[in-house]
Order: sequence, then C-alpha cells, then structure tokens
Amino acid sequence: MNGVHDMGGMHGMGPVEIEKNEPVFHAEWEGRVFALRLASAFHGKWNANMNRYAVEQMPPAEYLAATYYERVLFALENLLVEQGLVTAKELETGRAEGKASVAGILRVAGVETLLRNRIRARVDNNVPPKFKAGDRVVARNIHPAGHTRLPRYARGRRGVIDRDYGVFVFPDTNAMSRDKKPQHLYGVRFAASELWGPGVSARDSVYVNLWDDHLDPA
Amino acid sequence: MSEHHHHDDEHVREHDRPLSGPALRVKALESLLVEKGLVDPKTLDELIDTFETKVGSRNGARVVARAWVDPAYKQRLLADGRAAIAEFGFFGYGEDMVVIENTPKVRNLVVCTLCSCYPWSVLGLPPVWYKSAPYRARAVIDPRGVLEELGGEIPDDVEVRVWDSTAELRYLVLPERPAGTEGWSEEQLAEIVTRNAMIGVAQVTVPVGGRR
Repeated sequence: MNGVHDMGGMHGMGPVEIEKNEPVFHAEWEGRVFALRLASAFHGKWNANMNRYAVEQMPPAEYLAATYYERVLFALENLLVEQGLVTAKELETGRAEGKASVAGILRVAGVETLLRNRIRARVDNNVPPKFKAGDRVVARNIHPAGHTRLPRYARGRRGVIDRDYGVFVFPDTNAMSRDKKPQHLYGVRFAASELWGPGVSARDSVYVNLWDDHLDPA
Repeated sequence: MSEHHHHDDEHVREHDRPLSGPALRVKALESLLVEKGLVDPKTLDELIDTFETKVGSRNGARVVARAWVDPAYKQRLLADGRAAIAEFGFFGYGEDMVVIENTPKVRNLVVCTLCSCYPWSVLGLPPVWYKSAPYRARAVIDPRGVLEELGGEIPDDVEVRVWDSTAELRYLVLPERPAGTEGWSEEQLAEIVTRNAMIGVAQVTVPVGGRR
C-alpha cells in the first residue's frame, strides 16, 4: 500500500538523533509488549508479513506520531481480534470470557527455538529463477492496495541483479492470503542517480531485495 | 462503573478510563492474555531478559573481530554469513545473513525504509534512531548527508552503498580494522567494535589511550 510507512526518500523528517547509552527498552511496558507480540505470534494465527501489514494499517497521522512500541501494540491488538484469539469485547473490557482454544503455549524452554526460526523465509521449493546476476531489470510500476515489499522509490526504476539469494516466501501474497508463492529473491542494485536524479554522487547506489514478481527484464 | 449509557458519562469514561496510556493498555492486555491461557508471564520475563542480557551487539563485535584476525573465517563469513556466524552458537541465532565489507573505497550503510528489519541475533534490538522516520527517510536519498552528520564526511572518491532490508535477509557491515591495532587479540578487538559501525553509520576507531 502507498502508506506513510514507505518512507524512503521523504523530506522534512528532521535530523537523525543518536541517543548515547540507549537502554534496550525505555519503559517496562515496551519490553512487555515486545514479549507479548512474540508469545502471541507463537500460536501461528498470523505470519511476520501479516504482522507488518497490521502495522501499516495504522492511520498515517497516528503512525507518524507513534513510537515503535505503540505501533507494535496497535498491530498486536488488531491481530488478536482479527484472528480470533480474543474478542473485541474482551479487549475493550479487559476481562476474559473463557479460555482460548489453542494447541499449546510458548514456554521458557521454547524461547530459543522460537527466536531461531522467527524470520526464516527461505524455502526448499525448486523454482527456476527468472534472472541471473548481471541481468538488467526494471522494477514494476505497481501500486497494490495491500502489503508489498517493493518501495515506492524503486518502482519503475532500472537496476541490475547483484545476486540471486535463492527461493523465498513472497511477502506480498503471504501477508494478504497466506499464499507463500515461493520464488527467487534477488539483491538489485539501483544507481543513486537512477532513483534520485542529478545531484547525487554518480558512484553511489541502493541495493533493494526484490522478488521475481517485482521485476521485468529491462 | 455504572452500566447506564448516558452520553456524557460515555464521554467522561473515554477520558478517564485507565486504558488510555500505552503502559496501562499493555498491562490490561497482558492480564487478558494470561487469563485466556494464551501467554505465560514467565516466558515474557525470559524474552525480555534475553534481549536485555543475552543478545546484543557484543555478538556482532565478536564476529567482526574474528574476521579481522582470521582470513579464512572472513572468507567464510562473506561467502555465507549465516553459516559462518552459526559457528559461534549465539542464543537463538538463525537469521539469513549477508555480510558486507567496508574498504577504503566502499562504505556500506544498512536501513529498513519500510519498517525496522534488523539483525537481532547479532546486534540485539534496534536503537530508536534506526526505527525513526528521519533515518528511514534519509538513508536512501541522502546517505552522505546522514554519514556526515553522524561521523564525518565521506570523500568524493569513496562509493556509498545503501542496503534497504526489504526481505528476511539481515545485513551486517564488516567495518575496516583501524590502524594502530596490530597485534591486538580477538577479544581486545571485539571491545572496540561498536553497534553503529556494524550498521554502517560509523567507523571503528581506537579509543583515546590506545589498547583497552
């Protein structure tokens, strides 16, 4: 979706401010909601792509005003209700109207395994690649209303395949319909001047990870 | 709270109800999920403790230090980051990793413009600035400006490569080993490798006073 989360290239956001000796969490609730998200995701009712899409659903003015963990909370509450783990009424009142029916629950002993497998999206499917390193490509000029990992700044731009990373789950469909649609993932090199026009260094470039369904031969 | 639904009462409840701030909303959510049998509070404690104490950028620093002292390791690391980092056995490590090397002529910078993808198992959770709008917006269009603000100007003859983390592949920058560290042990080198250097917004420097 052409949302405010797709920030690459925007102006006016201000300076990058690095906090010295930053703590991992700035308040106790940040750690709690971080952990709640992982423990809730354990039930397998949603995947990482659906989680990102849930964050993108936050109204744009709120998204910009929110901290990272406020966005996490927003997405988690919505996913819990949407996917039927809690009801809207339970969320509103804070009172459970019965136990959830789930196969298991994340215990301390399962934490390491959960983290190890959390974002693995590489799959074994034998899918032929459409491109190889060195091929010239153009990123499709598409504007899906749903989730996509093709940033706006790269759409319609010409690049070169830097490398083929193998076969991965396709997030754009996995977020919307749990369709993994396995296909090759590439590192695509875009010259900075192709993306941003004159006024940037001719040496510089941006590498974007894109899938077969994002690309056409150029 | 009474059950009647007088409009003004509703209005007052909207403002007074305890779930208005995120801290209270999270507390209420945790109680609800525990009561429903969906989460175990001990597991939540463990997850928090893991990211506060077990996982962090010192893991990444050990990887970098080894690559600096062991050319064969560096070769493995650049060829297959995931497998080479797995040699350390870090807690919960399983990410598909790509390690990108800085040289005197190439500076690499990692960002996630669409959300905040970051190599948790080698760098821990990302700092606020990495997840912030200014960094996500500017890193791709004005990397030299960002680098200049944060750590010094990039000469014209140096190439800047920005890596936008749009997939489930995580990037780790292998910074240049600073001059003046000849003969240092792997452990001593790991001490000076910073998180920001492994994201690419800084270079590794020898602290004032020399060897740690």
